[in-house]
Amino acid sequence: MIRVENLNVTFNEGTPLENPVLRGLSLAIPEGQFVTVIGSNGAGKSTLLNVVSGEVSVQKGQVYLGEQEITHWPVHQRASQVARVFQDPLTGTCESLSIEENLALAQARTKTRTLSRAAKKAFRSRFIAKLRTLQLGLENRLTDKIGLLSGGQRQAVSLLMASLQPMKLLLLDEHTAALDPKTAKFILELTDEIIRSEKLTALMVTHSMKQALSVGDRTIMLHQGKLAFDVEGEARSKMGTQDLIELFHKNHSELDDDALLLS
Amino acid sequence: MNSFAFFGALETGFIFALVALAVFISFRILDFPDLTVDGSFPLGAAVAASMIVAGFNPFTATICACLAGAAAGSVTAWLNVKLKILHLLASILTMIALYSINLRIMDGPNKALLGVDTLLSPLDNISAVPYYIAYPIAFGLFTAFILALVIWFLQSEIGLAMRATGANPRMARANGVNTSRMVILGMAISNALVALAGALFAQSQGSADVTMGVGVIVIGLASVIGGEALLSTRTLLKWALACVFGSVLYRMVIALALNGEMFGLKAQDLNLITAVLVTLAIVAPTLKAKTKAKLNTVLNSKTKQAQE
Repeated sequence: MIRVENLNVTFNEGTPLENPVLRGLSLAIPEGQFVTVIGSNGAGKSTLLNVVSGEVSVQKGQVYLGEQEITHWPVHQRASQVARVFQDPLTGTCESLSIEENLALAQARTKTRTLSRAAKKAFRSRFIAKLRTLQLGLENRLTDKIGLLSGGQRQAVSLLMASLQPMKLLLLDEHTAALDPKTAKFILELTDEIIRSEKLTALMVTHSMKQALSVGDRTIMLHQGKLAFDVEGEARSKMGTQDLIELFHKNHSELDDDALLLS
Repeated sequence: MNSFAFFGALETGFIFALVALAVFISFRILDFPDLTVDGSFPLGAAVAASMIVAGFNPFTATICACLAGAAAGSVTAWLNVKLKILHLLASILTMIALYSINLRIMDGPNKALLGVDTLLSPLDNISAVPYYIAYPIAFGLFTAFILALVIWFLQSEIGLAMRATGANPRMARANGVNTSRMVILGMAISNALVALAGALFAQSQGSADVTMGVGVIVIGLASVIGGEALLSTRTLLKWALACVFGSVLYRMVIALALNGEMFGLKAQDLNLITAVLVTLAIVAPTLKAKTKAKLNTVLNSKTKQAQE
């Protein structure tokens, strides 16, 4: 399970551009839960993900993976337990490497790398079997440079790469946002399938409220660096996007009322 | 060009092919423009020459030269990844520091290898082939061996991690690659190769000189970019071969230009010619694309006007 406590992140601290992005955010995700995160631009969704992955360091607060505190672990160290799919397919895969080499790189995510051959023949059958599940015909193109693939294909490979090795947490950062609607749907279904079959704990950031409700077990909304609401179970399954907006306004106006009372 | 000049160019081409492979690793694989080269080349020469003169086995001396080069490369990389100094600046700092260090190592501006055995001494006594043919053959074989080693490394798990580090560091880190460590390792390997080239060059020329590093990086770049322009870079092996080919070709062109006195060029024009050639090779593709785009817009606006 993953737990973050009292996260505080301010960009450009101490300058006129000071921008508090996370303000005391706390969240706990039990093992095997698939959480979707929504929020407007600047709400802190991506920053939350980057704090968990280690790309952004916090001014205050802690990150725990299981019982272990990982707040100050660098990205590559967390990678042994945290896998990630980026928003941009170009970021998640390495253009100048072949499909096979990209997979081989991801295959070694949890291991100590050695001087033995990276793209071993022994891995090949596993890669081919995995690629076949995508039904994109990529299993015949192992040695093609991944830069030759379309964005959707690259994102599908990216998802495969993340799931090659066991992990304690999967991070998905608006990973369908850069794709056309049809491909986005395919990638989302694939994501859901992988998360369900491998029983993964996952945190998925999305712009789409519809998407946030259509997959996963729990949905949280961030607003101005804090948790605006958190729904799961039966209450969530009955919800539509309109209910989400109403819930947001209800919670949000309460916050505003508090602000009025306090001022 | 007489055969003496030809074999001389071939020999120098193969030695500098090691520099080309080094630049290939730093500049192409790691995307790290590294000027340390101008300091680590004479560093290798200085270490090897000084140790040989001091009575060490030339083999030991050459190995130590490589290690010194690796240390220099690590320092540059460390300045960049740990102290966050811009890569170009970090490498210039190391290069400048090495100038003083090289003077210290040689205890003067140069070191002659007179009357001492070098790695090449056994080649002088082969009766079947004269030394000026034996040298390029030996260096050619050695360069082929180093090339194979570099390719083998780049295809290993660590090598793959290094290639990902240069091409997409964010993705590499997300896949558990310690990118800082990879940059340090890659720069160490790159500069070890440069120092090796320096050590071999000093032994082939019979002396080490503190100024022998001037422009080595440009020669390395010229080899890499020239080779890429002429040969395929589709696979790692082909790409590295193109760099070696570029290095030999560069030496041939220079030998031809200087020997023929075709354009009234003299030896002192060498660096100027190199700089001009490299500039042309770098800007040629962009210039071509730009003029094409400009031509298209002009044509388009003309057809629009015509339609109106």
